[in-house]
Amino acid sequence: MITGRFFASGADRRVLFTILVLLVVAVLVPVLNLAVPPDSMFHVPTFMVALVGKYLCYALLALALDLVWGYCGILSLGHGAFFALGGYAMGMYLMRQIGDRGVYGNPLLPDFMVFLNWKELPWFWYGFDQFWFAALMVVLVPGALAFAFGWFAFRSRVTGVYLSIITQALTYALLLAFFRNDMGFGGNNGLTDFKDILGFNIQASTTRSALFAASALALALAVYITWRIVGSKFGKLMISVRDAESRTRFLGWRPENIKLFAFTVSAVMAGIAGALYVPQVGIINPGEFDPSNSIEVVVWTAVGGRGTIMGPIIGALLVNTGKSYFTGALPELWLFALGGLFVCVTLFLPKGVLGLWDQWRDRGARRRAEADTPPPGDAPAIVRATPAAPAEHRALGAAPEPQPAE
Amino acid sequence: MKMPQVLAFLFALFAAGLGPVSADEAGLRQTIARFATAKDFKATEAVVRELAATGDPAVELVLLALADGNLFVRKSDSAVFVGKETGQSVTLSDPLTGEKVGEVAKAEITKIKVNNGLRRVIRDLLGGLTLGSTDPAARLAAADTMFRTPDAANIEALDAAIGRETVASVKTRLEQARAASILVSDRSDEDKIAAIAVVQARGDRDALSLLTAVVARSEGPVREAAEGAIVLVNSSLVLWAAGQNVWYGISLGSVLLLAAIGLAITFGVMGVINMAHGEMVMLGAYTTYVVQEVIRTSFPGLFDWSLAFALPLAFLVAGTVGLAIERGIIRFLYGRPLETLLATWGVSLILQQSVRTIFGPTNREVGNPSWMSGGFDLGQMALTWNRFWIVLFALGVFAVLLYVMKRTPWGLQMRAVTANRRMAASMGIRTPWVDALTFALGSGIAGIAGVALSQIDNVSPNLGQGYIIDSFMVVVFGGVGNLWGTLVGAMSLGILNKFLEPYAGAVLGKILVLVLIILFIQKRPRGLFALKGRAVEA
Amino acid sequence: MGRKSGTILYLDGVSVSFDGFRAINNLSLVLDRGEMRAIIGPNGAGKTTMMDIVTGKTRPDEGEVFFDGEIDLTRHDEADIATMGIGRKFQKPTVFEGHTVEDNLVLSLKGPRSIFPALFHRRAVEEDRRIDEILAVTRLEAKRGDMAASLSHGQKQWLEIGMLLAQDPKLLLVDEPVAGMTDAETVETARLLKDIARTHSVIVVEHDMHFVRELGVKVTCLHEGSVLSEGSLDHVSSDPRVVEVYLGR
Repeated sequence: MITGRFFASGADRRVLFTILVLLVVAVLVPVLNLAVPPDSMFHVPTFMVALVGKYLCYALLALALDLVWGYCGILSLGHGAFFALGGYAMGMYLMRQIGDRGVYGNPLLPDFMVFLNWKELPWFWYGFDQFWFAALMVVLVPGALAFAFGWFAFRSRVTGVYLSIITQALTYALLLAFFRNDMGFGGNNGLTDFKDILGFNIQASTTRSALFAASALALALAVYITWRIVGSKFGKLMISVRDAESRTRFLGWRPENIKLFAFTVSAVMAGIAGALYVPQVGIINPGEFDPSNSIEVVVWTAVGGRGTIMGPIIGALLVNTGKSYFTGALPELWLFALGGLFVCVTLFLPKGVLGLWDQWRDRGARRRAEADTPPPGDAPAIVRATPAAPAEHRALGAAPEPQPAE
Repeated sequence: MKMPQVLAFLFALFAAGLGPVSADEAGLRQTIARFATAKDFKATEAVVRELAATGDPAVELVLLALADGNLFVRKSDSAVFVGKETGQSVTLSDPLTGEKVGEVAKAEITKIKVNNGLRRVIRDLLGGLTLGSTDPAARLAAADTMFRTPDAANIEALDAAIGRETVASVKTRLEQARAASILVSDRSDEDKIAAIAVVQARGDRDALSLLTAVVARSEGPVREAAEGAIVLVNSSLVLWAAGQNVWYGISLGSVLLLAAIGLAITFGVMGVINMAHGEMVMLGAYTTYVVQEVIRTSFPGLFDWSLAFALPLAFLVAGTVGLAIERGIIRFLYGRPLETLLATWGVSLILQQSVRTIFGPTNREVGNPSWMSGGFDLGQMALTWNRFWIVLFALGVFAVLLYVMKRTPWGLQMRAVTANRRMAASMGIRTPWVDALTFALGSGIAGIAGVALSQIDNVSPNLGQGYIIDSFMVVVFGGVGNLWGTLVGAMSLGILNKFLEPYAGAVLGKILVLVLIILFIQKRPRGLFALKGRAVEA
Repeated sequence: MGRKSGTILYLDGVSVSFDGFRAINNLSLVLDRGEMRAIIGPNGAGKTTMMDIVTGKTRPDEGEVFFDGEIDLTRHDEADIATMGIGRKFQKPTVFEGHTVEDNLVLSLKGPRSIFPALFHRRAVEEDRRIDEILAVTRLEAKRGDMAASLSHGQKQWLEIGMLLAQDPKLLLVDEPVAGMTDAETVETARLLKDIARTHSVIVVEHDMHFVRELGVKVTCLHEGSVLSEGSLDHVSSDPRVVEVYLGR
């Protein structure tokens, strides 16, 4: 079977397969939603389009994190901040699009500003009535923040857990800041009640399908770009920095610049993910800056398999499907499940689901080779979220020593 | 001017040692009865002044009732009663003795009207009345009232009270009240300048407003003296305000110290980032809650001792959970700090949700024992007992820990493992054992921090979340593996926070501190008190 | 100033201390262009710290460190110093275990060290030729496509030396190149280093006296952060102070 062979072969074919699937989905799902009558079994309901569209944005965020964590060894616990900033930039555009259709009917000021008795638009809201400007900010603001932060952090060689903690402090500081009403971003309630985007009604199923397609295409593009980056000499340098930073430095490279570039690119990707996410869920509020959101992204990436391109996408889809199921059916169990997932993945699945799959395949291939069976035409076809098999105790076998903090 | 003079005369009588005058009851009743015929506020005020002039403490009840709007006239016989409204009816009681005389409908009585001016008069007069009280606190309050509403007529009464006063602190206040009164009298400039010195020595906001009033109405040397005094008072007020801020800072710092110190140990010795550390604090707080519940239901008399029971229990509970986490998860992840961070985050989610399932998502009520409620003044600073004890407690925990680390064999082993794990192992130290116990110790300390924090914070499943980032900031700022660094880090962050707050507001202040720490780490990536050398950079 | 010209490395009066401990104490050392020098000394003598100072990892508290007669190394950081032409092999072999042997060399090859050239890099024929050459010198041709993690300890040492060669430095600092090697490998390594020394200046830190003898170069013995003795191996090893603190008996 063709899928089987794709999964079987090298990373490059896997990437091409991922891109292909995303392109097909980008076309197929809107068609099935819009053109197929609702009573048909092939009809995709609109809520499903919105839900999966949201997951695709999460997948893009996870891929962005994987670029810095999986390939460059920077565990960012603040990637949610870049996602949220991109989301706010898009939210500000959507807010300005409401015009005088708000509750207070003010043609210039968003409702919350009228409510706060503000008389004029703050300077940083200028320009957001133009889509091109908002789109530029979606890229620039997270990129600039990541650049400034990384410039300070990487140059002074803050690494490892220290870096993780200050990225967490970064998103925490932003969380506190955006909660303030006088920041001018809607405070606690954030930005919501959007009406339309580029002149199309944001609630319409055609718009939703278009946003879905845009998310899938953006993810496909991000996969392509990540693949090209990772495959270049620069990508090898990122791995070098991850594995032996000082060796890289003594060869004359500047790890701080390598990290800075990766971190900035990653933040831009996260920002775009946030910008696509906001019109699909219809709200952006300071809760997106919550450090626990950022750390949840880490678990998506870890579950799928970090240091691979397909892994974070699979992880984001799997964990979020699980989350939707749990929070609907057994809400009080979700945090147990998520907590357990953190523990199990780190203990038993250091390479994630994808690593498990590869191992399983390798073993199967070896067994077949021993049995001298004809070519592997009957490989299992579909990746399933197999829970950690009891046999996977590799991480437990070795008992490495603790290292005192530097 | 007449009534205060009568009042002063009465005080003079007190001073002469005649004791409280018991004006005859019938006379008082007659005067009280005149409230019924008073046509306007002015007439009512005259009656009030007359009553106060009797100096009889018995009039306090009727005057207070009047000020609160609880004095009524019965329409049928124009008798005056103190009343208490309950729904449509009013319970009446005797204006002198307070005895209940019956219940009437609202329609049968009229309220005696008061306005704010009258209320102020009553308050001032009551202040004068209590100058002769046997309770020093009442005398103190009276002196302060007279200080705030100075009247030249009070001088003699105050002189008499000062001569009679035995309590030094009350005497000082009386002298200040006298000085305030002199400043509004027509005494000589020399007297006034001397009085200004007395008022200035008081040095609080009341003194400041009094002096400002003096500047406004005087000229010449008195005005100059008052102006000079204002400058001095202002600068002393600034100092006290700074002192108060430092205290708030130390108080916040000791909370941070409590939360961070356990983390400093595990992070320093084992290089393990325990993201579930905040949840250990939460467990300690919930232990306190359970202990108090048991005491409340079974041994209510022991409530003041609840924290003494909670401390060891919280240490055990959090320590045991910590030990379980170390043995069950962390020991498999040594050498992979980022994975440890993720796994312990997972543990923190599980612990939070467990507590939420068992105790519910809402805040739980944890009470302060009596010795932790209330507060006291130190100069111009207000201190609360719970903060005070927490500062002491935090320093105590720090001292004990320092002792354990520096003076006990176990501490020696811990330090040996920190310095050179492999060498320590080959010297026969069982490093896995040291790791496990260190982790348990760090967690246990978080537990007792939870006991302390339950006294000042809401006990909810999210309690720990609020502290984890701050604690890390303290450890990173102070420098890893150094207890003194943690102390200095916690205190300086606490004080910095509190000094930024007045200018930037609480939230922005916190953001500024976070940003400052991020910038600080750029300069000194290993914190304030970092180890230097080849070994640590490897 | 005059003394510096013609030298590849010039250290004068260098001291550095960590928390009161003087790791390097008034150290002076001069290496001429094209010279190979062996440095010996007991543990804690400051050998590795000296390399840290030369490569910019540690800043000296006082003293002068000059490269190539005129470049003040105390003003530059590791990456600068590496691009200027000082290559360093670590005590513990450090290669990129997640890359193939070939990629390890590709990343080490002399060339632009900034981001965008790396992003849009295409392998040139000249680079291929150079990699073939280095693989031949270090006898790793057969391992070309293997992961560096799968190499033996000795092969990792050689790969790291190969990476240094790919950098084409003027000065090589080689820290314990034969630790953990078999006798045959040791001899091979000595041959390799002597070969390299024909076109480069080299400092070798080593404990293995046979190996040092094999190199047959001037020897400097460090003790407690300063030079104890300097000269031919025979001269140094007969110095009674060296015998006392290092060689024994």
